[in-house]
Amino acid sequence: MSQATAEMKSLYAFVERNFNLVKRYLGWEIVFMVYNIVNALTIGFIGVTQGKETVLYLVVGAMIWGFLSILFHEVSESVSWERWEGTIEYTFMAPVHRFTHLAGMCLYAIIYGIIRTIVLLGAVVIFFSLSLENANFLAALVILVVSSFSFIGLGLIAAVLPLMSPEKGSQATHIFQALLLLISGVYYETSILPSWIRPLSVVSPATYTLRSMRAALLEGRPLAEMLGTLLFLLATGFLLIPLGVFIFHQAEIYAKKSGKLKRSG
Amino acid sequence: MSPAIRCREITKFFWVKNSGNGIKKRLLPLSGKKKMLTAVNALDLEVPKGEIFGIVGPNGSGKSTLVRLISTLLLPDIGQIEVFGHDVVKQRLRVRRMINRVSVDAAFFKKLSCWENLSYAARLYGVPVREAREKAVEILERFGFHGDRINQPMENLSRGMQQMVAIARAYFTAPILLLLDEPTTGLDPKSKRQVQEFVLQVRENHDSTVLITTHDMDEADRICDRVAIIDRGRFVALDTPENLKSQVRGERKEVSLEDVFMELTGRDWENEE
Ligand SMILES: Nc1ncnc2c1ncn2[C@@H]1O[C@H](COP(=O)(O)OP(=O)(O)O)[C@@H](O)[C@H]1O
Ligand SMILES: [Mg+2]
Repeated sequence: MSQATAEMKSLYAFVERNFNLVKRYLGWEIVFMVYNIVNALTIGFIGVTQGKETVLYLVVGAMIWGFLSILFHEVSESVSWERWEGTIEYTFMAPVHRFTHLAGMCLYAIIYGIIRTIVLLGAVVIFFSLSLENANFLAALVILVVSSFSFIGLGLIAAVLPLMSPEKGSQATHIFQALLLLISGVYYETSILPSWIRPLSVVSPATYTLRSMRAALLEGRPLAEMLGTLLFLLATGFLLIPLGVFIFHQAEIYAKKSGKLKRSG
Repeated sequence: MSPAIRCREITKFFWVKNSGNGIKKRLLPLSGKKKMLTAVNALDLEVPKGEIFGIVGPNGSGKSTLVRLISTLLLPDIGQIEVFGHDVVKQRLRVRRMINRVSVDAAFFKKLSCWENLSYAARLYGVPVREAREKAVEILERFGFHGDRINQPMENLSRGMQQMVAIARAYFTAPILLLLDEPTTGLDPKSKRQVQEFVLQVRENHDSTVLITTHDMDEADRICDRVAIIDRGRFVALDTPENLKSQVRGERKEVSLEDVFMELTGRDWENEE
């Protein structure tokens, strides 16, 4: 078996394992899904009196935020999760490149996020009988894929925190995620943010994702018009992912030096 | 040929919170600061291929730390470890392909079934999944484990059974060095026996090397070719069980490894920590 196929097989190990976990925690999956749908619907209803445009504006926000936070959450919490299960040492001593391990986690996050978003989309379309005649779906898809990279990069960087601090790392990733929600213009234009916080919205990749996604779905803008933003998102991803992998590697060394990986037993 | 394990002056420190008791804390405000703990202290060790090597010692003596250092889960502060001639730090991926470790707490996804856990392991180690299943079932049945329990969630299995699954999982990846960290602690006498028999068989049939740590002196006596007694991160003795016992025998007819420990450290075995 060549090296590349061996690594592909172990990459699949992570995807399969995580979907098995979804199956076994199905009760919770349904809870999260219902919560997700209700959340998007209640936000959508806020806009009903102001017309279809506003509803769509809000709903797109809820869906994109849902997708991006799944990516971020699944990747950044993968370390905390395995620590909680007690499998972290087993996974970390497997004869697999760390890159393959992380790629497996990201691949799972993307597939899982897409499935959840499609279910959400279905619910939203039924409830608001939205018409998406003007929408440029191809552009929407491209934006989604391109943005995934930068969010995975952010997730990888955040995953380092639970690795370095078993006690406080996970709390920190949640705060980080909440901050992204505040600054990225998920349900409002970033221009309404207080001026002292507004500069932060410029550095969040989600700001650009949301802006171009709305342009594509609400106004049916062509891809060509968004080329600049797309390139920027792509560049961010290609910068953040290697950076994330590098930082993760450093954090792993730190954890193995200081005994933070696991202590008992 | 390179030995299965070679450790040279291996040392591991940890920075731990100085717990201190109430009075000490009040008198010395800085006692809440971190202090350095030497978990493994300048150990030298050479285990030839094919040996069953035992490490016995009380809780907190550094057994697990040593096993983690060998299994690439901790980085040494001083010293060097080689597994079949490969450095565990610089060539960690090579080393990981040769070893497997069973820890005292069975490391499983609790909600996943036994087989789902095993197939995860098979994919990670590049064992064809069908072959893995056959092997696993065969081993588990030898442990008196009914074949269809393989689809039950791990959390439904007793601790003894979980430990059997952990051993099966380590074994079907065909490691040439098997690291068993207190595999029998907390098991009932029958499961304990089964694990010990299994370890002996593994060596017999697959000429792998086994490093086993244990809290149980009789177990070490029964299955190990050589035994090291570890106390506060240092080996206080290293020899065959027979030789260790004859060292302290003196006038007595019957001596156990516990007597050896007490004789060499001047402390009571069971009263440790
Ligand atoms: N990751 C860690 N962080 C801090 N201290 C640790 C860690 N692992 C072990 N220790 C300490 O090192 C000493 C040896 O522990 P360990 O190797 O687990 O002993 P044993 O396995 O023989 O019971 C103990 O005092 C323990 O508290
Ligand atoms: Mg231990």
